[in-house]
Amino acid sequence: MIETHEPVTRRFAPPSAREQAQGRGEGSRIAQAWHILATIPDPEVPVVSIVELGIVRGVMTTSAGLAVVLTPTYSGCPATDLIERAVRDALREAGFCDVRIDYRLSPAWTTDWLAPEARVRLREFGIAPPGARARIDVTGISPLRRARAAVPCPRCGSADTSLLSQFGSTACKAQYRCRSCLEPFDYFKPH
Amino acid sequence: MNEPLFEYLLRQGDTDLVLAQRLGEWVGHGPVLEEDIALANVGLDLLGQARLWLGYAGEVEARIGGRGRSEDELAFLRDAPAFRNLQLAEQPNGDYAATTARQFYYDHAHLLLLQGLARSRDERVAAIAAKAAKEVQYHVERSSDWVVRLGDGTDESRARMQRAIDDLWPYTGEMFEADAVDGVLAGAGFVPDHRALREPWVAAITAVLEEATLVVPPGTFMHGARGRGGRQGVHTEHLGHLLTEMQFLQRAYRGAQW
Repeated sequence: MIETHEPVTRRFAPPSAREQAQGRGEGSRIAQAWHILATIPDPEVPVVSIVELGIVRGVMTTSAGLAVVLTPTYSGCPATDLIERAVRDALREAGFCDVRIDYRLSPAWTTDWLAPEARVRLREFGIAPPGARARIDVTGISPLRRARAAVPCPRCGSADTSLLSQFGSTACKAQYRCRSCLEPFDYFKPH
Repeated sequence: MNEPLFEYLLRQGDTDLVLAQRLGEWVGHGPVLEEDIALANVGLDLLGQARLWLGYAGEVEARIGGRGRSEDELAFLRDAPAFRNLQLAEQPNGDYAATTARQFYYDHAHLLLLQGLARSRDERVAAIAAKAAKEVQYHVERSSDWVVRLGDGTDESRARMQRAIDDLWPYTGEMFEADAVDGVLAGAGFVPDHRALREPWVAAITAVLEEATLVVPPGTFMHGARGRGGRQGVHTEHLGHLLTEMQFLQRAYRGAQW
């Protein structure tokens, strides 16, 4: 039986009473796997789980065991191997012995997949969450520079901020500076 | 179609790989901390993209027959004449203006190319390009910002930026050439016609150079023209030196892992 869950439209929910009553049915095993994956923090941004980040695109059972579909954030993200290992370790600990990891490139990961609650936690962590909806149609990106939207300071909320660098501590973040509270901060770039 | 596709994937993968290696040379030497980090991140994006292109190249090579090489074998165990990167990518870092100009020229062409490749009839090519294009839009913004900052800066920074723009200009022509490999693939809808990218590229870089108070070089001489460029395996003296450093470990300790 093949079953996929799309975390975009269907966020993780604990197993229903019916699923629990079924005991160890396929559905509950998949729900259990989602539950475990939802506890794995992103190595670079530990206040957000890999499910909330939107990089877990599917969990399914196969004849050989469990298959997890991941979509890497950036092509060169150095955390990719670490995340794969964390997924294997966590699932093995929960009794999933044969786990296959598949990588899916298309559709490309986008910050639009970030869970709403993750945006709140990012701000609390001091990282300004991605603002404007990322442009998905890459054929429409202009090679000329785009007008920049104001990025509010995650600490004091001031809109009086300026870009320091398009690249911060990781490729997915830019560095900004708040002119009101004078604090530097990271901005999770729309992608 | 597999033979030209393999060749084309090497060209794209090698250009990204070699430029990533050049950017990596800046780590620990950036003029300011933010730029040190930014160059490493741009390099990392390009390295990730190189892995996707070369990984696919190895799979296509296996379709042609025999054993397809892994991305590591392709990166570390080929000599300079087997590399298919643009000559622009292998040019030395020079001063910060030279690094910026090289990146600026490539970023704008890279984005235009990826936008075309994102419409490829080959699904894998389209998927890699669509992902990479999202990353490269930030490269374009960053290098363009620096061209403006240095060009419209002090007398010294302006002079250096103009010199770098002039010096590297003859290496830009190769990005808009199309040889037999490109022709076959473009005809099949796998890749865009590189020659058609030149006009939007010139428009894009001209707008930035004007904002930077710099002059678009008038020269028409181009290195690597008429099918004798980096994409055909003809390189400047700089590539061999770059490879000796990049490949040393795998040459000395074949298959080493950590």
